[in-house]
Amino acid sequence: MGSIALENVTKSFGNHSVIPPINLKIEDGQFVVFVGPSGCGKSTLLRLIAGLEDTSSGIIKIDGADMTDTIPAKRQLSMVFQSYALYPHMSVYNNIAFPLKMANVDKATIDQKVKAAARTLNLTDYLERRPRMLSGGQRQRVAIGRAIVRQPKAFLFDEPLSNLDAALRVNMRLEISELHQQLKTTMIYVTHDQVEAMTMADKIVVLNAGNIEQYGTPMELYRTPANRFVAGFIGSPKMNFVDGAEAAKFNAFSIGVRPEHMTIAKASGTWKGTIGVAEHLGSDTFFYVHCDGLGPVTVRTEGNEDFKPGDTVWLTPDPAHIYRFDKTGVAIH
Amino acid sequence: MARTVSTQTKWGWTIAAWVVALIIFFPILWTILTAFKTEGDAILFPPAFLPPHWTLENFFEVQARSDYFHHFFNSVVIAVGSTLLALIVAVPAAWSMAFSPTKRTRDILMWMLSTKMMPAVGVLVPIYLIFKNLSLLDNLAGLTVILMLINLPIVIWMLYTYFKEIPVDILEACRMDGATLWREIVYVLLPMAVPGIASTMLLNIILAWNEAFWTLNLTAANAAPLTAFIASYSSPEGLFWAKLSAASTLAIAPILLLGWFSQKQLVRGLTFGAVK
Repeated sequence: MGSIALENVTKSFGNHSVIPPINLKIEDGQFVVFVGPSGCGKSTLLRLIAGLEDTSSGIIKIDGADMTDTIPAKRQLSMVFQSYALYPHMSVYNNIAFPLKMANVDKATIDQKVKAAARTLNLTDYLERRPRMLSGGQRQRVAIGRAIVRQPKAFLFDEPLSNLDAALRVNMRLEISELHQQLKTTMIYVTHDQVEAMTMADKIVVLNAGNIEQYGTPMELYRTPANRFVAGFIGSPKMNFVDGAEAAKFNAFSIGVRPEHMTIAKASGTWKGTIGVAEHLGSDTFFYVHCDGLGPVTVRTEGNEDFKPGDTVWLTPDPAHIYRFDKTGVAIH
Repeated sequence: MARTVSTQTKWGWTIAAWVVALIIFFPILWTILTAFKTEGDAILFPPAFLPPHWTLENFFEVQARSDYFHHFFNSVVIAVGSTLLALIVAVPAAWSMAFSPTKRTRDILMWMLSTKMMPAVGVLVPIYLIFKNLSLLDNLAGLTVILMLINLPIVIWMLYTYFKEIPVDILEACRMDGATLWREIVYVLLPMAVPGIASTMLLNIILAWNEAFWTLNLTAANAAPLTAFIASYSSPEGLFWAKLSAASTLAIAPILLLGWFSQKQLVRGLTFGAVK
């Protein structure tokens, strides 16, 4: 069991408001990702749930019980930090055993559980080592081991992969997803990386300046973004936005077209432009096109499209996938 | 292009370092050598580097005349006592300033440091009178307290910088793992802070051992530590170089040995935070 509810939660540091009143319900067993640009308040929100930061007002409920004023140690949540935050003076074994020791679990049970966690995370050979003798990925695994060794109501991840290199990040991403399927415990995961959010989440909370811009499944966010911010943040490469006269043709203040919803042709199309840069990824190719009167537009095509920088091309947006926004940036459906 | 240091330059620096070290160490070496000379050899001109007649006589005479061990005992009580007392006050103080700082923390730290900039003699008269009225003159407890107070700013500053180096994340992880405040201190904070506390302790013992202003002004005989013991050898009747040297050698020997054995800790303590 591990449902979490925030009711009118606010946080301000002095006169500076970081989190305006926020309402959010996270259901038991869900993998929820908080995503947003840096400084959007996503880590603060996580720390409020953890109890590492006091709320300025509002109520935080875990499994229906008011935990707003409960100390972190009593909230029964596990947290994985960006810096790993391992205990440098303890062996890997003792690091993982620590939460159980704090819960006064007997030695035999501790031993059994630590070894089980180590097996899950491929750490069995490193149990006697100190954290400084491990690589970044191994350290992150120890931090995860320390979190999964007891049965918390929820796991909190604070940008756990941002200190790892790209290849390792993809691996760990999969491992964490698998772990979630195995344990079926509520997980809250904070990241600024929308790819992590899209690939891992059951539901995504998009945050901007402390506000929840949208809360939904990855595909909902991708298909029906609530506003221009979400539309621009979710999806890679970013959605193209066009304002002014072109947008007015669609009865909107601005329109958005995703790079994958655009076709590129030599002879004819809607918008004329010149290719600036072509990025060949093998499976896909991204063209960065300078369109007359529109500015830079990104197009995603199959890998074998053969255009070169400097070529004049015509772009055509797929009419079924044009997103329309009003003056305030809210989506028009 | 990477800058390579030529062997010649390396040798140059090594020699320069040795020369500087020898110049700094020479007075101590000279004192030690003089302690083994007779009074006559000590004032020879031109001076003899090594004692022409090695003798231990000075040491016996110094012990017989002014009871070295009595002063040694006092020095130990004052140095260790004031250090422990300072730690009892400074650990919680530095702790709270490092981990739950307020807007005024920086000001308080600077204010504490500023007290070290005042010449001690400026407060000699009031403190002397307070000590006199409280019957603390020539008293070990009084001296321990005053030395603790004068070194307290340094102790708090050192501990503060040490505690600052402990990542807050680790303490927060500990809280998330279900540790109460007490267990957080015992299992995580103390083990991580021990090296810092140890080098602060060492430095403070050395500072208290060498302190000569208050120990000379507030003691006469009963509570007089080794600083007073050496000072008693400079008298209006003239100087006895060999005996003065023997007294000095005896006075600095314990702290020199302590410093020697703990130099690694000390250097770490003094340069902590300076280099990342």
